[in-house]
Amino acid sequence: MTSEVETTRGRPETIRAVPVRHPWRWVAVVVIAVLVAMFAHMLVANPNIHWSVVRKNLFNSLILQGVRMTLELTVISMAVGIVLGVVAAVMRLSRNPIVSGVAWVYVWFFRGTPLLVQIFFWFAFSTFVRNIAFGIPFGPHFDGADSNKVVTLFISGILALALNEGAYMSEIVRAGIVSVDEGQTEAAHALGMTRLQTMWRVVLPQAMRVIIPPTGNEVNSMLKNTSLVSVAGLIDLLAAAQHIYYKNYRIVELLIVASIWYLAMTSAWQIVQYYIERYYGRGSARATPLTPMQRARMLAARGGHYQ
Amino acid sequence: MTAPLMVDAQQVHKSFGVNEVLKGIDFQVAPGQVICLLGPSGSGKSTFLRCINHLEKINAGRLYVDGELVGYRQVGDKLHELPEKEVARKRTEIGMVFQHFNLFPHMTALGNIMEAPTRVKGEPKDDVRARAMDLLAKVGLADRARAYPRQLSGGQQQRVAIARALAMRPKLMLFDEPTSALDPELVGDVLAVMRDLARSGMTMIVVTHEIGFAREVADTVVFMDGGVVVESGPPSEVISNPQHTRTQAFLSQVL
Ligand SMILES: Nc1ncnc2c1ncn2[C@@H]1O[C@H](COP(=O)(O)OP(=O)(O)OP(=O)(O)O)[C@@H](O)[C@H]1O
Ligand SMILES: [Mg+2]
Repeated sequence: MTSEVETTRGRPETIRAVPVRHPWRWVAVVVIAVLVAMFAHMLVANPNIHWSVVRKNLFNSLILQGVRMTLELTVISMAVGIVLGVVAAVMRLSRNPIVSGVAWVYVWFFRGTPLLVQIFFWFAFSTFVRNIAFGIPFGPHFDGADSNKVVTLFISGILALALNEGAYMSEIVRAGIVSVDEGQTEAAHALGMTRLQTMWRVVLPQAMRVIIPPTGNEVNSMLKNTSLVSVAGLIDLLAAAQHIYYKNYRIVELLIVASIWYLAMTSAWQIVQYYIERYYGRGSARATPLTPMQRARMLAARGGHYQ
Repeated sequence: MTAPLMVDAQQVHKSFGVNEVLKGIDFQVAPGQVICLLGPSGSGKSTFLRCINHLEKINAGRLYVDGELVGYRQVGDKLHELPEKEVARKRTEIGMVFQHFNLFPHMTALGNIMEAPTRVKGEPKDDVRARAMDLLAKVGLADRARAYPRQLSGGQQQRVAIARALAMRPKLMLFDEPTSALDPELVGDVLAVMRDLARSGMTMIVVTHEIGFAREVADTVVFMDGGVVVESGPPSEVISNPQHTRTQAFLSQVL
C-alpha cells in the first residue's frame, strides 16, 4: 500500500441499498384482511342482527343512565382504591411489624376471595352500611325510603369494588416503590427530608412510571367489573342492556350497544393514560413522543411536511 | 481550651449483623479543615461517612458533630434516640455528595437544588431560586438550569449534586468518592469545584482515590484499613512518607 496521505478525498456516495423484502408480511395482511371482511360481512349482512335496533338503543335513556352509573362506580371505586392501595403499600413497607402486618392481612383477604363474594357480603351488610352512611357527621341527609335504599346500595357497591381494588393496587404501588433506587431515598434523607416527604416528593413520583401501566389495566378491568354490582339491583350499563332485551328479545343488538359504550369508555381512558404517562415520564432517557396536538402544530408550521 | 471540633469521633464501632465494619474509629476535624480519607475497598470509609449524618446508627463509642451527639440525646448517663424530625433537622446542616450523584431524575437541575431549601426549611421560593442560580453559576452550569439529570454528563450531574448540597448552607460537607464514577476527562471540573469550596473555608471530609487532589487540598490525610484509622497527618507525611506498611502498600497501588 502507499504511505501517501490523501488530503482531499471526496465524500463517498450516499448508500442506496435495496431494502430487505418481507413477503410473509404481505401474506399475513391478506389473510387478516380476508378474516376481517368475513367477520364484518357476518355482522352487517346477518339477517338476525338488526342494526336499526342498535342505532335506536345506543342513546336510549336507560342505557345512558347505565353508562353514567358505570362511570361513577368506576371513577369513585378506582380513586378510593388507589388511595387505599398507596396507604396499604406504604404500610407494608413500614418498619413497624404491626402496621405492615395489618396491610399484609388486608391484601391477603381481599385478593384471596372472589370479588362476587365480597359484593354479596357488602350488600348483605347494607343495613350496617346505611348506619355508617348516616353516621357521617355533617354528612348529607337522605329522605325517603327509596332514595335511602339506592344510596345505600351505591355505597355498598363502591365499598366492595374499592376495597377489592385497593388490595390489587397496593401490590402495584409496592412494586413501583421498590423499583426506585435506594440512593434516591438516601439522598433525600441526607438533605433533611423526613420519611414522609421522601416518599411523597421523591419516591412516589418516580414509582409512577412503573405504577401507571398496570393501573391502566386495573381501570379497564374496573369498567367491566362494575357490572357485577348488578346482582344487587344497581343498574349499570350491562344491566341496562339486559333490562331492555328482557323486553324486546334483541339480545345481540343490545350486547353490541353495550360493547360500543364499553369500547368508547376504555378508548377514552387510553387517551387519558397516554397523557398521564407522558407527564410522569418527564426527564426520562427515552424522548417523550409528541402529543397529537403538538404534531398537528408542527405540521402546520412546516407547511404540511415532516422534517 | 481547644477550638470546638466540627467532627469528634471517639472509639466509634459499627457492625452489620456479626460483621464488625468499624472497630473503634478516633477522628477529629476542626472547623475549616479539609480531610481526605483514603483506604482500600471495604475498609469502612463509606460506612463511617454515613454514620456522621446518621444514615447508619453506631453501635458503640461517641460521635459528635459541632459539639452535639449524632442521633442521640444524653440524659444523665443514658442515651435517648432522637425522634425522626430531630435527626432530619440535624442532617440539614451536613451536606453529602454521593459516588453516583443520586440526583432526583424527575426534577430539573434547578428543581433538584430548590427542593430541600423550600420543602424542608420552608424558605421563600424566590430567595431560593436566586441562590440556586448563583450556585449553578459557581459550578459552571448556569445555562443548564432547566435540564433534567439524564440530559447532563456525569461531571455536570455531580456538580449539580454539589450545588444541591450547598443550597442548604451546610457547615460540613461529606464527599463519598465523588469522582469515581466519572470518565477521566470529567474528573477535573468536579475537583476544581471542590478545590474552590475548600478555599472558601468549608469544612470537608472527602473519601477519594485522587491522591493528587489529597496532596494539594487536604490539611489532613487519614488512612483507614480494616475498620480502624491506621495513620493520619498532613499529606506531606502520610502520602509522601508513610510509616505503616499497609499505607505504603495501598499507596504503591493507587499512585
Ligand atoms: N448495609 C450494609 N449491610 C451489610 N454490610 C454492609 C452494609 N454496608 C456496608 N457493609 C459492609 O461493610 C464493609 C465496609 O463497607 P464500606 O462501604 O464502608 O467500605 P468502603 O471503604 O467505602 O469501600 P469502597 O472503597 O469499596 O467504597 C464492607 O465489607 C461491606 O460489605
Ligand atoms: Mg465506599
